[in-house]
Amino acid sequence: MKPGWEMVIGLEVHCELKTATKLFCGCPNMFGDEPNTNVCPVCLGLPGSLPVLNQKAVELAMAIGTALDCEIRSSTFHRKNYFYPDQAKDYQISQYDEPINVNGHLDLPDGTQVGIERAHMEEDTGKTSHSGISGRIHGAAYSLVDYNRSGVPLVEIVSAPDMRSSAQARAYATELRAVLVASGASDGKMEEGSMRVDANVSVRRSSDDPFGTRCEIKNLNSVRSLGRAIEFEAERQIVLIESGERVVQQTRHWDEDAGRTVTLRSKEDAYDYRYFLEPDLVPLVPDAEWIGAVADTLGLMPAKRRSRLIELLEDAGGVTDAQVDQVATVVDLGLDELVIAAAAGGVASSLALTRTANEAATDADRARRLDPVSYTALLTMEAGGSLSATQAKAVLADLLVAGGGDPAAIAKAKGFEVMSEDSLTSVIADAVAAHPDEWARYCEGGEKGDKLAGFFTGLVMKATRGQANGKAVAAELHRLRA
Amino acid sequence: MKAPRPAGNLAASVRAGARSALEILEEHLAAIESGDGAVHAFNLVTADQARGEARAVDRVVEAGDDPGLLAGVPVALKDNLCTRGVPTTCSSRILEGWRPPYDATVVTRLRKAGAVMVGKTNMDEFAMGSSTETSAFGATRNPHDTNRVPGGSSGGSAAAVAAGFAPLALGSDTGGSIRQPAALCGVVGMKPTYGAVSRYGLVAFASSLDQIGPFATTVADAALLFDVIGGHDARDSTSLNRPTPRALSVLEDGVAGLTVGILSEFLDGAAPDVVARTHQAAEALTRAGARVEEVSVPEVRLGLSAYYLIAPGEASSNLARYDGVRYGLRVEAEDTAAMNIATRSAGFGPEVKRRIMLGTYVLSAGYMDAYYNQALRVRTKIIEGFAAAYRTCDVLLGPTAPTTAFALGAKTDDPLTMYLSDVCTIPSNLAGHPAISVPFGAGDDGLPVGVQLLGPALSESTLFKVAAVVEAAAPALAAPSLVAGGRS
Repeated sequence: MKPGWEMVIGLEVHCELKTATKLFCGCPNMFGDEPNTNVCPVCLGLPGSLPVLNQKAVELAMAIGTALDCEIRSSTFHRKNYFYPDQAKDYQISQYDEPINVNGHLDLPDGTQVGIERAHMEEDTGKTSHSGISGRIHGAAYSLVDYNRSGVPLVEIVSAPDMRSSAQARAYATELRAVLVASGASDGKMEEGSMRVDANVSVRRSSDDPFGTRCEIKNLNSVRSLGRAIEFEAERQIVLIESGERVVQQTRHWDEDAGRTVTLRSKEDAYDYRYFLEPDLVPLVPDAEWIGAVADTLGLMPAKRRSRLIELLEDAGGVTDAQVDQVATVVDLGLDELVIAAAAGGVASSLALTRTANEAATDADRARRLDPVSYTALLTMEAGGSLSATQAKAVLADLLVAGGGDPAAIAKAKGFEVMSEDSLTSVIADAVAAHPDEWARYCEGGEKGDKLAGFFTGLVMKATRGQANGKAVAAELHRLRA
Repeated sequence: MKAPRPAGNLAASVRAGARSALEILEEHLAAIESGDGAVHAFNLVTADQARGEARAVDRVVEAGDDPGLLAGVPVALKDNLCTRGVPTTCSSRILEGWRPPYDATVVTRLRKAGAVMVGKTNMDEFAMGSSTETSAFGATRNPHDTNRVPGGSSGGSAAAVAAGFAPLALGSDTGGSIRQPAALCGVVGMKPTYGAVSRYGLVAFASSLDQIGPFATTVADAALLFDVIGGHDARDSTSLNRPTPRALSVLEDGVAGLTVGILSEFLDGAAPDVVARTHQAAEALTRAGARVEEVSVPEVRLGLSAYYLIAPGEASSNLARYDGVRYGLRVEAEDTAAMNIATRSAGFGPEVKRRIMLGTYVLSAGYMDAYYNQALRVRTKIIEGFAAAYRTCDVLLGPTAPTTAFALGAKTDDPLTMYLSDVCTIPSNLAGHPAISVPFGAGDDGLPVGVQLLGPALSESTLFKVAAVVEAAAPALAAPSLVAGGRS
C-alpha cells in the first residue's frame, strides 16, 4: 500500500447452502449434474407455480447467524425485479430490509474483529454460458442457460467496512470459509462457486477522513484473486485522486488474466430493483426454541477452537509465534481434539501440539479418526522417555493406519527398546572418537559450535537405527563437553 | 325449504348408477356445440379428454366404488388455471403454445372428486378487465343478451354456467372477477377468504389479492364446489392451515338471530334499479328473522384507488417472466433485450401493458412510498373499517355491481369507467375477506341483478346460509336466450 493512504474494504460473500433440496422447491441441490435436469415448475418460474420455503435452509442460515454471533430475528422476503435470462421469474426472491441475521462479527486469527452487518437468505439464479471467446453476453451469437442452479439456497454475508488491507480481507475470506464449513452450512468451494466474494473498496488519506467513494469488484474466484484485485483497485483509485480526478462509484469486473479491474456498470446505470414484499410467502418468525435447537447442533467455531489451544499453551508457560501457526494448522485440519485429549491425559501441550501439527497433520484424514486414548498413550510413552521421537513417529504411523491400538504392543512388535545408558554412552564415545575435528569445534561452543550437537545426534541415531532417545543423547553430549 | 342443487343432484344420480357421466357430458357438449358460437364462453373445449374422464367415472361406479362428491359433473375452468398438457392461455398471445406440465391444485381436487373438465373459458387477458373484452381471442357475450358483456374477468366461466354449458365453473377473483360477472350473468359466484383455496397453478395476476372460487346456478351447488376445492395445500405458503368452513352442511340453518348490515357506501354509486333490488333482498332477510340495519364503512371509498396501485404493482412483477426466453411467444430480435421487448410488445394487449407500466411506475424508486406504500396503508384502514362493522354485524349486504350488464364496447375506450364496475367488489379482496354474489331478479332492462353478501375472514358458512335465504326469496329471472337483445 502506498504510504499516506489507507484502504477501506467491505466484503459481500454469497454462500450456497448445503441442503439436499432447493430453497423453494423439492428439486435436488446438486452441482455438476446434466444441465436442466434438476428443475420443476417452481424453479423454472412457470406460470402458476408458487414458492415454499425450505426449513433446512432456514436452519442452516440460522446456524451461520449463530456462528457469526448475529442477532437472529423475524424476517421477510422481498422480490428484487430485473430482467435477465437466467432469472427464471425475472425477479429474485431475497431478504431485503428485514434479514434473518444482523449485527454479528467474525474474529480473525490475528486477533482483529470484523463486523457482520447482515447475513440474509436468497435464491440463486440459473447459470448462463455465452458463446464466443469473450464469454460475455455482449457480442455472443447465442447463450445457453442451465436452471439447475436456479433456486439453490444462498446466504449473503455482508461485512462492515472494517478491513484495512488486502491481507486482512484475505484472512477474513479464509476464516469465513472455515466458519461456513464448521457450521455445516456450506462446503465452501470457491472453485465450484459455492462461495463467491464481491469486494467494496475505497481509499482515504487518513483514518480520520470520511470514507472515500467505493467501487464494487465482482468475479473474484479465489482468495488470491481477492487480494490481487483489492491491491489493483486501491492503486487505481489512488492514482486517480492524486492526478486530480475523482473516483466514480461503479461496479467493476476483475479480469484475472489481465490482472486488472474494468468497468461493468456505473451508478447511473444501476438497476431500479423495485423491491416489494413477496406476496407468495409469509413472514419467517423463528421462536427461541427453534433458534436454540439449531445453536445446540452447532460445534465450536475455529476462533474458539484456536483460543482453547492457546489457553492450554499459556497455562503451560507461554506461546511462541511458531506455535500460533501450529495451532492454526491443527484447527484448520480439525485435529485440535487430539491435542486437547492428550493434554487432558497429562501430556505436555507443546509436545501434543508439535506431534499433531507436524506428524498427525501429514495424514489428517486418518488422524481425525484416530482413537485419542491410543494417541495419548503414545505421547505419554515418548514424554516418559520409553520411546525416542523417531520411534514414536513410527508407532504413530501404524496407529493412524489402524485407527488406534496399543502403542506399547506396537513398539514391542517393532523391537523398539530404550537403549541402556551404558550402551548409549559407548555409542556416543565412538562417534566422538571418529570425528575429532568436529568434536573440537563443538567444544569451542558458540553459535557455530553448538550446531554440531545435531551432527553428533544424527550419527548416534544412525548407529542405533533411531532407538536412542534424542534428549538423552543431547544430555550426554553436553556432559562430555563440560 | 331445501335449497336447489342441480349439480349436486347430477352427482348423486351418477353415484347411484342412475345416470352415466358420459351421457351427462354429451348433453353439455351438445349445448356448447349449439350455443357457444353466439356466446364464445370457451377458448378450448376438451371434448375427447372429457369423454375419457367421464368413462373413467362410469367405470368406478360400475366397479361399485364412489367416484366422489362431483361424480360426472361437467366443470368449466377459467383459462388461467393450469391443466397438465392442455393449453392454458390467460387469453393472451404471450402464452401461445404453452402447455403446463402440471395441474393446479384445484384441478387435482376436482379430478379426485370425480368431476369432468369440459374446457377452458375465456377471460380478460391475464384477468385484467371487467368485461372479458380484453381477451386476445375476442369477447365473450352475455347469454341473456349477446350484445352485452358478461362482465369479467371470469366472463367465460360465468357465461358458461348461465348458458347451461356446464353446471359448475371455476373462476378467479382479484378485484371482483368472479362476483361481478356472476351478477351480470345471473348466476352465483363466490370469492373465498384469502388462503381458503390454494392458488397453486393459478397463473398470478396480483398474488396478494387473487383467489379461486366457484360459479354455479344455485347457492348449494356453489357451496358443494367450494367444499371440494378448499382446504390447506402445502404447495401454497399463503394457504390457511386450519379447517376450512364446511359450507354445504349448514346451508339450511337459516338467518334467525343474525345481524345483516346494508353497506351504505355500496348503494351510493349504484343504479336505482340495482339499489331497489338490494333493499328487496334486505326485506327478505328481515322476514326470515335477521336483524337488518344500515352501516357505513367509509374506508371502502378508498378501495378502488388503492387497488389500482397494489394490483398493477404486483402484476408488473408477476408478468415479468413472459420474456420470450423459456416458453410461450418469442419474437426474434438482434439481442436478448431487444427480443424481450419485441416479444412483450407483440404478446401483451393494451390493458395489460397499461397495468404493467402503471405497476412499474408505482414500485419505482422515489415513487414507491407515495403510491404503493400509501395504498398498503389504505388497505390496512379498510381492514380496520370492516372490523368495526363486524363488531355489530354478522354479514354485510350490498349490490355486487353498480349496474346490470353494459353493451359491448361501451367502456373499452374509458378505462376509468370500466374500473368503476368493480367498486363494490374490490374492498373484499383488499381485506382478504369472503363475499358471494347471488342473483336477485332483473333490473329495469330485464337483465340480471346480483346482490352481494360480505363477511369477515373464514365466514363462508355464514355467507352461504344467508345467501340461501336470499336465493329462496329472489324474483324469477328469465332463462338466457343466447340471442342479441335478449328474449323478444
